[in-house]
Formats: sequence, structure tokens, C-alpha cells
Amino acid sequence: MATLLEIKNLKLDFIAGERRLRAVDDVSFTIAAGETVCLVGESGCGKSVTALSIARLVPTPPANYPGGEIFLNGRDVLKMSKQELRDIRGGVVSYVFQDPNASLNPVFRVGTQIKESLKLHRPEKATDAEVIRLLKLVGIPAPESRIKDYPHQMSGGMQQRVMIAMALASEPKLLVADEPTTALDVTIQAQILELLLDLKKRFGMSVLLITHNLGIVGDMADRVAVMYAGQIVELAPALDLLRRPLHPYTKALMNSVPKLGAKHQRLAAIGGNVPSLGNFPPGCRFFPRCPSAQPECANTMPQLVEVEPNRWVRCLYANSL
Amino acid sequence: MNLLEVKNLRVHFPVKHGLFSRVKGHVKAVDDVSFAIQPGETLGLVGESGCGKTTLGRAIVKLVEPTAGSILFEGENIANLDGRELRRRRRKFQMIFQDPYGSLNPRMTVGQIIGEAIDIHHLAADEAARRDRIVDLLKAVGLDPSHAQRYPHEFSGGQRQRIGIARALAVEPQLIVCDEPVSALDVSVQAQIINLLQDLQAQRGIAYLFIAHDLAVVEHISRRVMVMYLGKVVELGEAREVISAPKHPYTQALISAVPEVDPDSKRKRIVLPGDVPSPIDPPKGCPFHPRCPIAQLPRCQAEVPELREVTPGHWASCHFAK
Repeated sequence: MATLLEIKNLKLDFIAGERRLRAVDDVSFTIAAGETVCLVGESGCGKSVTALSIARLVPTPPANYPGGEIFLNGRDVLKMSKQELRDIRGGVVSYVFQDPNASLNPVFRVGTQIKESLKLHRPEKATDAEVIRLLKLVGIPAPESRIKDYPHQMSGGMQQRVMIAMALASEPKLLVADEPTTALDVTIQAQILELLLDLKKRFGMSVLLITHNLGIVGDMADRVAVMYAGQIVELAPALDLLRRPLHPYTKALMNSVPKLGAKHQRLAAIGGNVPSLGNFPPGCRFFPRCPSAQPECANTMPQLVEVEPNRWVRCLYANSL
Repeated sequence: MNLLEVKNLRVHFPVKHGLFSRVKGHVKAVDDVSFAIQPGETLGLVGESGCGKTTLGRAIVKLVEPTAGSILFEGENIANLDGRELRRRRRKFQMIFQDPYGSLNPRMTVGQIIGEAIDIHHLAADEAARRDRIVDLLKAVGLDPSHAQRYPHEFSGGQRQRIGIARALAVEPQLIVCDEPVSALDVSVQAQIINLLQDLQAQRGIAYLFIAHDLAVVEHISRRVMVMYLGKVVELGEAREVISAPKHPYTQALISAVPEVDPDSKRKRIVLPGDVPSPIDPPKGCPFHPRCPIAQLPRCQAEVPELREVTPGHWASCHFAK
């Protein structure tokens, strides 16, 4: 499979007065055409800014890219001009965000908003008929009357479908979905995940799905990257990772969530808190909370190494795990 | 004896329109709900947003006024109490809120936040006793006694939730209504708070009404589980049974929709069509029938199903549950 996206050693700093706070540190991964990759991590781990960087949607300043490359379709996004960026935004990569209510413009009809995306990227198709086709595609009932609706007239699940229709309007090669179901109820979440799977199958898009819910990973992803404190700590095929996680953080994360129908045992909580930006420990960033930490971990930063074919782990003791 | 017994509780909010705020209808947030909680027990309450679970929790601690029905706390009806009478009894039941940022006063120190409850109920004889009590409470929830001098913004989300728990514990309640206490927290911190709540229950015999939308969390912490849909209880039973053998088609769909970590699981996802209908104008008959995969017309459209005991201790409101 051809590589659609290749992120190499990406670094991102936020500049706050005198301080440079590194939010993304040396992140590298690829997405092949038609592949789904999940970025998993807790709040503040850098997963969202990594995803936003693909279309350079993080404002600079306050952000700053001190190093790294993002090759999208073979071209480095970090070196593109404003005009080129405008073409890839929506044209090659589209986004669906967590809160559809905040992402849609409340004063325009949803049909108008979808048409705007068509005008930019496929002007010959900027018609009501095409908007209706897109709404039908994402499973909105009676789309002929719904194109006249304002966002507030729709439920959260419907609004998220509109967001997906809008993202698909430009026929992107890569769909980035940033926690697309976190704001929705479980039954609606199930609907949206089914829809994403179905659309992916039909159009052969690549998908970058960002989530904190490991349960979604098994259903959706081909590969998973687990992030902690700005770094990828484990990168592996999804099913392998869920069956046998290697990094202590991934293991701890999986053990700390209760499983439906499992035996009632005390939960294996991870002690302490997620370190905040600018306060990352000097050695291994998971060291203060790691159940299998060794003295060496305090000062030596581990590298992401391939411990088994296709399985990358950032841990000094990766081989003895 | 039951610690809490709720009988035919209704909470209806008027919907007002126009210049003179004419009442155009009612949102039946809680509609004819009955259940009981034993001392030291955890009853889990699940449902999707808008199903009335938070309103039910707030009505029990009398943060919203019930429209009809009774709330018996240790056999005494508190549904119509107010003022000083209510405050005296509130010592027995407390609440923990979802948002640990919004539920703590940013201008008060942690010591003042916890001490306020002690002062209102005159639980400390003098300043030294009060200070000791605050120190004990902070230790009980896993915080450092020196934290009493600090303000809420100096703490992380998980620590703030611990402060909220210490505040609830300050008056030695017998029942705590926990409204989504872990949903705003990071995954790795959720387990800490769940373990803390379980430890406190084991030490002090507190009963919980644990409200959440995450079924796995609710199953983990609860002895019994109650499922709500559009203001009504659709299923109630032992947690294990409700999760492993749900009787109501809504519960079945809800459980099947939970994304699963185990990639080798054979569970089949039931995708429900449509959205939750508006509680202002709920469907006639069984409120779930427009989305129900096993609905049979005209019966489900005409008859409201009773919540009935399908097997011993396991209740469901579906005509076809068996």
C-alpha cells in the first residue's frame, strides 16, 4: 500500500512568555492509503495537536515547529505556502471534531454550510442535489427537508452526521476524526462508528481516529499509536496491542478500566496524575507512575524501538517485558 | 429496613412560551419512578442524556422540588419538607457532582469548603476539634493535611473530586448521590476515584446512588442496577443479571453498544435507529417502541407496559420480557 501520510520526528512547542513548552516530542508514524490508525491517549498527551498539525491548523504563534516533517501525499506540509495549505485543507485532509454543536455555524442552514465546502473543492458539484446525496450518504432521514434546518434544530448525533457529510463533500483522501463520538450517547456513538466504517469501506479513505477509549480501537483501527506526555510510547497493529500490550503504560491503561461482565475485582488504578505540559520528568516520562520502573528510568529517556516486527515500544526494558 | 424508599416520584418542568409565559406543556423528566436503597448498598443508575437520571438524583437530595410522590428517608417522608427541617435531615444525605471544577467555590480554601459543612451542622465543639476533623477527612480521601490551606485551582481534576468527596463525608451521611463522579476525569484517574468510593463504603457503610452513563463502571461498583429511558425505569435488578441477561430490549441495545476492549469478543452490536424522542412529547404507549427492534404494533403503541417482576428480583417494563 502506498503511504499517504508520513510524520517524521515531529516536534511542536507552545511559547508562553519566556518558556517553550514542548507538547509534541519526536512523533513519527505513517498512514497508508485506506488504512485506519488510532491515536490513543489521555487529555494533554498531544494527540489532538499532532492531528491538527497535519493541515497546519495550530496557530503559529503561540505554536512553533522546531523540527520534523509531515509528508502528505509526498509534500511537506510544514513548508507549504498559504495557498497550498488552503488547497489541502478539505481537499486532501478533512476534519470531524468532538463537539458538532460548536463546529457548525449556528446562523447558517446546514445545507448552505455543506455547499460552501463543495464550492471550494468541487465547484461544479455545488448544487442542492449533491448536498442531498451527501446527507443521504451519512444516513439523515428526509434530507430534502433537512437541508433547510439550522444546526440547533438537529440532535447531537444528526449534527455529527452533518459534520461528516461536510468533511466528505470534498472527497478527501484522509479523514481526521478527533474524538468524534465522545460527546454522544452510547447508542448514538454506535451509529456514528458504524457509519464511519461503512464510508471508509465504500470510499477507501484513510482515517486517523483520535480517542481516549480503548474499546473503540478494536472495532475501528488497523494500527494504534498510544501517546503519553507528548510522545508515542507504543505503536502496533490494533489487535496485537489489545491482545498483548507491551508498554507498561498501555498495560496499566487497559487494566484500569472496568470491563463489562468481568469479575468484580479491585481496579488496578495508576497512581499519581498525568504530568502537565512543561513538567515532564527528565527520563522516561511514565517513570513516576510506572509499576515496573527501575532506577535507570529516572534519567535515561528511552527511544521508540521495534521490539518485534511492526511493534514499536518506548521503554528501556522493552525486551524484558 | 430500607434506607431510602422512593414511591411514584414525578418531577415535571413546565415549558413556558410567549409574552405572558403561558405554560405550553411539561417535560416529564421523572415520571412515576419507584425504588428502594438498603443501608450500605450501591444502586447504579444508567441511561442516556435527557433520560432524567440527574433530575432523579437531585430530587432525592431535594435540590429540585418533586411534583408528586414521596421520598421516604428512614421511613420519614422528606418530599414536602423545607427550611430548617430539611437542613437538619440533609446531614444524612449528600451529593457528589460531575464537574469537579464547577462544584467547588474558587474563592474558598479547601479547609473552608470542608469546614463549612461542619459549621452548618455544628459538628465540632471548638476550633481544634474542627481542624482535627478536616485533617482526618483529607487523609480519608487520600489528600495531604497541608492541602487545607490551598485553593481549588491548585489541584488536578482527580484531586478536586477527592475534595468534593471529603466535603460530602464531613457530615457523616448515610447516603451519597454520586452524579457522574468520574466521567470528567482522565481514564487513568477514574480507577483511583472508584476505588476510593468503594473503600469508603467498606469502612463507613455509606449507601450510594451511583449515576453514570458508562455501563462498565456502573456494573463494577453497583450491587443492583436501574436503567432509565425517557423519565421511566425500564429495568431494575442485580447488576450481574442485568448486564449478563438483560430483559428489556433497550438495555440489550445499550449493553451491546458499549465498545469493547477485548478484540476476540463475540458480542454483536445492536444499532438502534433514530434518536431519543423529546420528553415534552414522548411516544404513546411504550416510550421505547419507535426505536425498539422487537416492537409489535398495535400493542406497543397502545399499552404502556408496567414495570413487573419478570424473575425474582429482576424487573422490566416490556410486554414481551420473560
